[in-house]
Amino acid sequence: MTEISIGALRGVPTTAGAGVDQIAFPDRAGYAGVIAGIKDAAFEMLVDLCAVDYLGHPGRTLPDGVQPERFEIVVNLLSLSAKRRVRVRVQVPEADAVVDSLFSLYPGSEAMEREAYDMFGIRFAGHPDLTRILMPDEWEGHPLRKDYGTGRVPVQFKEAPGPR
Amino acid sequence: MTTDFDDQHRVIDRPMWSARETSEGDQELSLREDTDAGALGREVGAVLRLEDGKVLDPSQIDFDRPDDETMIINMGPQHPSTHGVLRLMLELEGEVVLRTKPIIGYLHTGMEKTGEELTYVQGATNVTRMDYMSPFHNETVFSMATESLLGIEIPDRAIWIRTLMLELNRLSSHLLWMATNGMDLGSTSMMIYGFREREMVMSFFEKTTGLRFNNNFVRPGGVAADLPDGWEDDVAVICDTVLARSFEYDDLLTGQPIFRERTEGVGGLTAEEALALSVTGPLLRSTGVPWDLRRSMPYLAYGELDFDVIVGTYGDNFDRYALRLAEIRESIRMIRQIVEKMPTGDFRIQDPKVTPPPRGRIDASMEALIHHFKIFTEGFKVPEGEVYAAIESPRGELGCYMVSDGSSKPFRMHIRGPSFVNLQVLPLLLRGGLLSDAVACISSVDPVMGEVDR
Repeated sequence: MTEISIGALRGVPTTAGAGVDQIAFPDRAGYAGVIAGIKDAAFEMLVDLCAVDYLGHPGRTLPDGVQPERFEIVVNLLSLSAKRRVRVRVQVPEADAVVDSLFSLYPGSEAMEREAYDMFGIRFAGHPDLTRILMPDEWEGHPLRKDYGTGRVPVQFKEAPGPR
Repeated sequence: MTTDFDDQHRVIDRPMWSARETSEGDQELSLREDTDAGALGREVGAVLRLEDGKVLDPSQIDFDRPDDETMIINMGPQHPSTHGVLRLMLELEGEVVLRTKPIIGYLHTGMEKTGEELTYVQGATNVTRMDYMSPFHNETVFSMATESLLGIEIPDRAIWIRTLMLELNRLSSHLLWMATNGMDLGSTSMMIYGFREREMVMSFFEKTTGLRFNNNFVRPGGVAADLPDGWEDDVAVICDTVLARSFEYDDLLTGQPIFRERTEGVGGLTAEEALALSVTGPLLRSTGVPWDLRRSMPYLAYGELDFDVIVGTYGDNFDRYALRLAEIRESIRMIRQIVEKMPTGDFRIQDPKVTPPPRGRIDASMEALIHHFKIFTEGFKVPEGEVYAAIESPRGELGCYMVSDGSSKPFRMHIRGPSFVNLQVLPLLLRGGLLSDAVACISSVDPVMGEVDR
């Protein structure tokens, strides 16, 4: 994969990966700015946005200068004109799980950010309608977090019949 | 922060649940009097921030409409034409739709969470249930992500078998769409015809994989079994019959004045709007953007096939109908080439790490039995890393983002369902249209709720 020169990625740690031109690791403050710069470099579509909870992960490979945090927001961007993909991974600390919303740049991120909020409890500053999307409104907890155990519904068994 | 997961099982209190009302709270469409101008503008699609004149100007929205002139009605969940358990809240003035809000999650079963509990061997059975109209696409994207993490290359024949199954699956999915779209517009004949043709494809799937859908046929390392004897003849019959009958659909629908009246110019979408809303697949191509991953970023054997990417012009419901009909014919063209070019060889990789021993050896060798047992109980370990694989499903870009921690289960398995993203376009498609056209618009988006809610 060839490195692409996007002005906004200057100074941002990047790596290469399979099927993607570049993986960029901006910090939280520069995240929206980096995405805006990538958008200006003819990346017309935000294909996917999801969160990952790295709690309990034995250790991931990150480039130098990137401080690992519990959560990560992963954004996949696509350039239809250049047939290229770029991935942006931003670290989000557990204590202050807020990142900028990309709604003003890519309105299509609305449902994906709502899903990340619903499933991980990461809030998106500037999102117009940050409500739960898949779970019921009054649900407690965020199911895809690693410390949220899998659900269990109590099952009542009838008493086994006695020996005949 | 405790990380002891086992002790934290949530116990769901059942009586409380059943006593609750069914309101979705803040997720619902709010009354116009409680909605500020920004939110109203978003719900009518004025926030796309495109060049002037291409979308609604927020300043032209009539925010001060007296509330008693409009009403909010619920369509679904479980309305037959919502293609699953979709709920739409529609604000109507008379018969005209002003605002729409899709409310989803009724089919949410936590399949991404389940995916973290299953090994890579078992994972395909989970993802195949997401988009139940195109199970092979789900299995393939999951397998491609796993193989990419493992760093293995599958044999040629496995690649071509996968390509064959994907195209047959696209055929069956589009045929089902033709059927349900016909029914949504009042043509019950089309529904019977669509199901009839789809059944032929389903019978071939049953013959090959043992199941009509949720096949678990494509697995990391290749496919589960070789094609059955005489598969070329079966596929040739499917191709000939469906192609001949696709011209009957032309007679039935394409040239029919009532059908054209109801679809032409209804639910229009522009390329700018589609790109801004991350819309992919037939919806994006109907606006004239020639974006098809099979052509633009070839995977499997698509680079060696000769086919056309079909695009529309107006992005209305008729374009989307005509585009899917043309894609059925393109798929048939591709399937015929695949039959010609199908190579011989192994249908799965001969790597003992990911491939169980053949059934015959299990009876003869203790080592083979242990090997078989280990693969299906423990699975295989996948190196640490993360990967995003994407393919063109009948509904758009189907992606799988997978994070591995080096164990035999995915640390995180996220499926980018095209229906989930495409559903965001509904408020825009329905705005200003009639309620009776809403059904046609929902149908033309082709959402599969299993994939939306996962």
